[in-house]
Amino acid sequence: MGWPLIRLWAILVYLFMFLPIAVVVLLSVNASQFGAFPMTGLSLRWFEALFNNDAILRALRTSLILGSLTAVVSTTLGVLASLALVRYNIPFRNAISTLLIAPILVPEVVLAVALLLFLQFLGIHKSFTLLLFGHVIFTLPFVILVVQARLVGIRRDVEEAAMSLGASPMQTFFTITLPLLTPAVAAGGLFAFTISFDDITGTLFWKPGGVETVPTQIFAMLRNSISPEINALGTLMIVITAGLPLLGLAISRRLALRRERAGQSE
Amino acid sequence: MSIEAREARQPWILLSPSLAVITLLLIVPVLFIVVYSFWLRTSVGDVQPGFFLDNWQDALTDRFFRDILLNTLKIAAITTVVCALMGYPAAYFIARAKGNKALLLLLLMLPFWISYIIRTMSWIYILGTSGALNTAMEWLGIINEPIQMLYNETTVILGLVHFLLPFMVLNVYVSLEGVDTTLEDAAGSLGATKWQSFLQVTLPLSLPGLAAGGLLCFVLGAGTYITPAVLGGPRDAMFANLVFEAIITQLNWPMGAALSLLLLAVLGVLVMVYNHFLGLGQLMKGLG
Repeated sequence: MGWPLIRLWAILVYLFMFLPIAVVVLLSVNASQFGAFPMTGLSLRWFEALFNNDAILRALRTSLILGSLTAVVSTTLGVLASLALVRYNIPFRNAISTLLIAPILVPEVVLAVALLLFLQFLGIHKSFTLLLFGHVIFTLPFVILVVQARLVGIRRDVEEAAMSLGASPMQTFFTITLPLLTPAVAAGGLFAFTISFDDITGTLFWKPGGVETVPTQIFAMLRNSISPEINALGTLMIVITAGLPLLGLAISRRLALRRERAGQSE
Repeated sequence: MSIEAREARQPWILLSPSLAVITLLLIVPVLFIVVYSFWLRTSVGDVQPGFFLDNWQDALTDRFFRDILLNTLKIAAITTVVCALMGYPAAYFIARAKGNKALLLLLLMLPFWISYIIRTMSWIYILGTSGALNTAMEWLGIINEPIQMLYNETTVILGLVHFLLPFMVLNVYVSLEGVDTTLEDAAGSLGATKWQSFLQVTLPLSLPGLAAGGLLCFVLGAGTYITPAVLGGPRDAMFANLVFEAIITQLNWPMGAALSLLLLAVLGVLVMVYNHFLGLGQLMKGLG
């Protein structure tokens, strides 16, 4: 097999990945009143319709709040756990690591059923709280993996220098460790937010009747009929979940460049 | 308290919130549904605690459940093989590409950030009766009436491949990146053809990544109910759809508990076999 053949294959794989998504985005600006081909003209009317649709706006709000709370809780827990795993020599390290990533190893359906039935048994019924618990549990392992990977790169001696100059452990954490940690915290939080914002498998089990997140709203709309609003909503979702990390990446790259330049001019 | 003792306690204080959350929201609930699966839903609809084997007997002997379980494993297996065949050359291309590698990698990560439900539904616009393919074929005069290509087993597999392919490519890429390219050169200088050195040097060294990607594809594929619900017909239900039906539609929670534990057991055996031979560490390389 020659290299050109491999390149052609890779291009086809990329096309397979992205063409269907491009079609969704393309159809979201279709003027036709049916959410499908043929294209009859370009129009933003379906985005307008989106912002006049109360059900969709409610779902969007629920998803944004749920995603943000999940990100805050998961990132806080995940950063603390990662610090312990990276910075200390602890006994049973492997067993603890495996336990912390266990939610990835259990199929999400099983995790959803177990959490639902257990909390229901304890008297915590389907609610926003249950949704939040659920989203925290399956985003936590991803946050820990991402944050751990970033933490390994932060050197310890800067902290030791601060302490030897008389800073208390608290002062050291807030003035030295935390600023150095910021990229890791941001990456973990962003990851948790997008996973939560995208989730449908667990959410359909945990959500109370009448409450919808964006993915479950799309799922419900798909069952009735294909309305062009779904395409607009889908495009909006792509912008949020793919646009945010891309923006984050761009910002961190620009900051790194500026730092480099500042370093050179000194 | 001595400084050493405080030092020794610190990591546990940092770890305890996460460990508590995972124990209380995952480990205990899974143990709880083991017990719960032996309870029984009575005809009036409430759940009677006790030790009844009825749910397990149904789950393990009912032909309907067994057929769907086998079909689920078949679909997951086909999906995994297709992902490997499509993904390996693509991963090889990214790993060995000279040009814009960062862009290729970014494009590889992008699907992970695009919603699963959107990616699944997008196939309706490609294959549906008023989708791109039908519109194009009608325009070209190949067909007069749109044909329904959706809602069958093939489209379920197609949707799953579209969802899982990035996991495969990423894992294979990570392991190919770890293969020293000078080994291939060495094989070449010893007289091996490019194809021989690939088969005997590169491929074996990248097998751990292929296995990790395969495991992820299989486990995630076998555990889904959204793809068959969106892209499958009424007869294409997978095992997780049964769990969803039992819990959400029929409200037979003990039965749902038994069915989900059966799924966990089948997929758990796979994860354990994998862990025995390759260790879970390989899996984390691709995820982290």
